[in-house]
Amino acid sequence: MATATPLPTTSADVRARAVPQRRRFYLERILSPLLLSPSMIALFVFVYGFIGFTVWVSLSNWGTNKRDLSPRQPLMESYGDLFGQTRFQIDLRNTFIFTVIFLVLSVGGGLLLAILLDRHVFGSGLFRSVFLFPYALSFITTGVVWRWIFNPETGVNLLFEQLGINWLLERIGAGPLHPGWITDPDVVFQVNGALERVLPFTSAIDAKLGIPIALLPVTIAAAWQLSGFAMAMYLAGMGTISQEVREAASLDGATAWQLYRTIIIPLLRPITISTMIILGHVSLKIFDLIFAMSGKGPGFATDVPGIFVFDKMFGAQQYNLGAAASIVMLLLVSAVIVPYLARQMKEL
Amino acid sequence: MATTTLDRPLPVSAPRRKRRGSFGHYVVVALLVMAMLFYLAPVYVMLANGLKDKSYMTLADMWKLPRDLSGGGFAFAWNALKPNLWNSVSMAVPATLFSSLFGAVNGYLFSKWKFRGSDIVFTLALFGMFIPYQAILIPMIETLQRFNLYGTRGGLILVHVIYGLPITTLIFRNYFANVPSELVEAARIDGASLFGIFWRIMLPLSLPAFVVVGIFQFTNIWNDFLFGVTVVFSPSEQPITVALNNLSGTSSVDWTVVMAGAVVAALPTALIYVLLGRFFIRGLLAGSMKG
Repeated sequence: MATATPLPTTSADVRARAVPQRRRFYLERILSPLLLSPSMIALFVFVYGFIGFTVWVSLSNWGTNKRDLSPRQPLMESYGDLFGQTRFQIDLRNTFIFTVIFLVLSVGGGLLLAILLDRHVFGSGLFRSVFLFPYALSFITTGVVWRWIFNPETGVNLLFEQLGINWLLERIGAGPLHPGWITDPDVVFQVNGALERVLPFTSAIDAKLGIPIALLPVTIAAAWQLSGFAMAMYLAGMGTISQEVREAASLDGATAWQLYRTIIIPLLRPITISTMIILGHVSLKIFDLIFAMSGKGPGFATDVPGIFVFDKMFGAQQYNLGAAASIVMLLLVSAVIVPYLARQMKEL
Repeated sequence: MATTTLDRPLPVSAPRRKRRGSFGHYVVVALLVMAMLFYLAPVYVMLANGLKDKSYMTLADMWKLPRDLSGGGFAFAWNALKPNLWNSVSMAVPATLFSSLFGAVNGYLFSKWKFRGSDIVFTLALFGMFIPYQAILIPMIETLQRFNLYGTRGGLILVHVIYGLPITTLIFRNYFANVPSELVEAARIDGASLFGIFWRIMLPLSLPAFVVVGIFQFTNIWNDFLFGVTVVFSPSEQPITVALNNLSGTSSVDWTVVMAGAVVAALPTALIYVLLGRFFIRGLLAGSMKG
């Protein structure tokens, strides 16, 4: 920042003139970091200091309710235990599957809603408010309600019955639709065998690598809550695309579909990236929603690292194992967030 | 004053209405109505079933309207959750106030009084709003225990204020960055101090930013579950999200009561959204994009 040139001033403030301007500016330059330091030091202790301590716990012998911070032999043993556990392998699989499906549903759904609202039909404002409304609720509320909607005895399955879908299916000779949803322990599209043929060392993985059925309702609930966010991001982005661009395209005879596919969606690429990073990191951290909606699920079908950490720290009191799992979560989130922050900083 | 991100209404391109009555127009409206049914279905489930009386309510009645307006599970849910509702209010209001105030001062300093390395400090601070809080729980609880704040509302407020600093600082920083630097320079030449500029120029301009940050933070803090369940162990002291989850996990409680409870827990943030949605959206975007 350029140093301000002290100009002769007509200010009535006599006291200010008594202090030489340059020195006063110097004092104020020190004042800024000085005033920031209490809250920034507190924040840095609570973020970086605490993360450092958690790393230490993950390397320690503190695996019971007796606090023991002596280093474990070998040092990384808790991480070895962690990745050797079938449950944690399942958790990582679930996080991956959840993130992919959730991002497709919420970012894709948000984009679709934004395109529909971009047409400015009657009532656009109301529609927009309704689609974003779930974002204002807590994950707990969402989980509690969707848990009943995906209860096999009622909710969606009841709709299949009452809307006559099952009656139609029976007419064409198919069985009635009655999925177990969050109670279904099945894992479909398993790829363990195929993966082992290509990469033999993956035979060490005990978890069934596939799509757990019970996880699908949870991704739907999460997308219900957060697709409005993607929509709001896209709408804000679409508002910045000038009218000339659209008019030029329609003069060239582009259809609405071509306009969006070849011009508007490519122009919104930065928004797509930001939205995917923000929603992606939410899904890597997901905890409350699953905790309230399905918990661990049948055969850990809906378990995720967030729930694993909570269980190990507050249930089993295996603090080193829980800490190790939380550090794995942090590394996953950092892989997404650190490049994003680094790019943002360059633009500061 | 200069237009800033928070002042400007949501950017909306010039109207390009599809001609009413055209086929495409009806398709768009039909798709929007279908989407709206999906988004409102859970809200309907909450409200309608909360209002049903459990004595003649079975799972097969989920999608039916309540038979009368006797109040259903609401009376029970209200009585069960009232103390926790108050816990949440008395936690979220002060935590929101403090984190907004700190955010305002920090945002002002980071935008108008940059010093060597201030951008790095700011970026490192921002990292704090993305971390999974599981990775700080053990030392956080031990620290709160050391200061006799573990299990108290004060401890909960403290952690919400500290972990709220990144987002509030970010929004205020981006807001103040749009106040012309000439204004600040001119005031300094006229002899205004760092405090004077904040008090007489920045604060009077920052009401919209306070509204946005306040709503955004209140919603975040109200909806938190992880801190609520780990910092406060006594059920009578826990915030409403934790109480709702406990209610939902109690097998002796009827599910119509749980639905009514979900409505009670959601009501404050839902009302804020309905009444002040405009500001809510701005906070959402300001927190996720560079100003």
